[in-house]
Amino acid sequence: MSLARTQPLTIAPPEELLEVSFDDGMEEIIEEHLRHYPTRQAALLPVLWLCQERWGWLSAGVLRAVARRLELAPAFVEGVVTFYTMYQTAPPGKYLLQVCTTLSCALCGASGLLERLKEKLGIDPGETTPDGRFTLLGVQCLGACGEAPVIQVNNDYYTDMTTEKLDQLLDELP
Amino acid sequence: MTAGGAMKPILLRARGEDKSRSISTYLRMGGYGALKKALIMDPAGVRKEVKDSGLRGRGGAGFPTGVKWGFVPQDLPKPKYLICNADESEPGTFKDRAIIHTDPHMLIEGIIISSYAIDAHVAYIYIRGEFWEEARILEKAIAEARRKGYLGTNILRTGFDLEIHVHRGAGAYICGEETALIESIEGKRGQPRLKPPFPAVVGVFGCPTVVNNVETLACVPHIIEHGAAWFAAIGRNERNSGPKLYGISGHVRRPGVYELPMGVTFRELIYEHAGGIREGHELKAFIPGGSSCPVLPADFVDIPADFDSVAEAGSMFGSGGLIVMDDSVDMVWALENLMTFYSHESCGQCTPCREGSDWALDILRRIRRGYGRPEDLETLERISRYASQGMTICPLGDAFCGPISSFLKHFRNEFEDYIAKAKPLPPRTTPVLPVRSGRGRFGI
Ligand SMILES: Cc1cc2nc3c(=O)[nH]c(=O)nc-3n(C[C@H](O)[C@H](O)[C@H](O)COP(=O)(O)O)c2cc1C
Ligand code: FES
Repeated sequence: MSLARTQPLTIAPPEELLEVSFDDGMEEIIEEHLRHYPTRQAALLPVLWLCQERWGWLSAGVLRAVARRLELAPAFVEGVVTFYTMYQTAPPGKYLLQVCTTLSCALCGASGLLERLKEKLGIDPGETTPDGRFTLLGVQCLGACGEAPVIQVNNDYYTDMTTEKLDQLLDELP
Repeated sequence: MTAGGAMKPILLRARGEDKSRSISTYLRMGGYGALKKALIMDPAGVRKEVKDSGLRGRGGAGFPTGVKWGFVPQDLPKPKYLICNADESEPGTFKDRAIIHTDPHMLIEGIIISSYAIDAHVAYIYIRGEFWEEARILEKAIAEARRKGYLGTNILRTGFDLEIHVHRGAGAYICGEETALIESIEGKRGQPRLKPPFPAVVGVFGCPTVVNNVETLACVPHIIEHGAAWFAAIGRNERNSGPKLYGISGHVRRPGVYELPMGVTFRELIYEHAGGIREGHELKAFIPGGSSCPVLPADFVDIPADFDSVAEAGSMFGSGGLIVMDDSVDMVWALENLMTFYSHESCGQCTPCREGSDWALDILRRIRRGYGRPEDLETLERISRYASQGMTICPLGDAFCGPISSFLKHFRNEFEDYIAKAKPLPPRTTPVLPVRSGRGRFGI
């Protein structure tokens, strides 16, 4: 039975994100977000998510465009972005392999998964493979501890993982 | 309901149903009936019913929900907001995800009734960024409810208006704390605010705000439908009523979410429901309600799993996320694992929490690598005193001090063993600890 159900992320190269603007489709979504809140600033997290979904990561140019659009200081936007762990400020690989390392997963074999990935991919947590395919991350509790150990690949959870399932997953990812 | 534990599921009644998330399934099971009933009561009547039910917050603190709603000033000429806390980031906690996966409309109905009770016309669901799939499930449910006239303007032609928006977090445990969550909705770094003022008076956008957990809000339709007395009668101990979702993880045979009347014992949870400890091992210790709750050794397994009983045993019931550890676990390792979490998640505002969590982690790493010193345990204890009990803006300080002091209290010998076998410290020039990324400091 096939396991993988994750599509690769589209990661825009840095040179494309020096300066960006929002197309009509994005503008429409931004307008919608703005209607949800009484202040412009409150739309910041959703707009950052929108940009990350579109370009795969948030370059300095993207942050400037977001700051302009929401009438915020660029330094404020940067402060917010760097507070949260899920906003990518450097181009990641096409697959973000996020291994939960917190207690329930650790009790059920998370470190074996992490070791396996380090060995297979030849990288440490926080690094990306030279071909730009995988970024490996050790993350904190993913809120699915009853199905430990858990790995999140891009947006998808893979639960009750074993090293065998992990090998299969890596082979199957498109 | 039988005394031994099993009860007819309430919050998870749709588990196993075909298409359990769709509105048609929910309606077939009587869904949105409570909303109709609530909207012909007056808001004060709804508040009273919830207060009388004895419902206590399922997010961790166990504060009576009806009482919290009562703190919202009725006469302020400002909009009021309801926020559903779906941050679910306390390690060991995974029950809210189960509700969203099985029955999102139950939560939506709970939010609508609760908004009506406090006179809110906008509600936000703050959901952790990792729960991408769950956010989509909720958005779909909101769209369905809106099409049926349960959301939007003039709901069920009663004149009541409500919009619900899903707001995704982006990776930060602290955003589960209600004031950090509010900052995060406002588009800021998730750093907790000083209280008072409490959110019920000055919350999101400077307006009165009620923050409630997913499971808390999911109880509300049932209370309205069956009445306060019915709800209050579920559970074994007074003041601890209602059905509870227990999340059991770690070294048990059948980990998962179990719905049981509040007050079953940890023995029943571990051995009857979760199938007992894995082959060849015995229970060593358990963390009763999410990682911030002080650890308890196996001898406490017969106490009831409810707010007051666990507090009496010197721990906390928290969110009901039970982490089970068998006799193979090195308790120094387990505490180091937890401190890795807290030092990573401290928001950095308050010195005792930011520094205390980092120092505690460094000391624990050193002990585990065989370089412990006799005075280390006292230092850890000192940290656990100085970073807790009101020395910090929010309780994240307490959240790691409880684990430190309880691990030391119940398993001190394991720490002492490491220290007794410790090697002398290497010369200062030898880098024993890797310098942590971005924060270059400490070493030995
Ligand atoms: C550090 C910290 C993390 C918290 N995380 C959560 C969480 O993930 N989910 C939650 O519902 N409550 C969490 N809380 C509790 C909230 O602050 C708040 O008390 C709760 O959402 C209120 O809802 P309730 O009354 O329905 O329980 C956390 C509190 C602290 C101090
Ligand atoms: S500890 Fe891994 S999902 Fe909670």
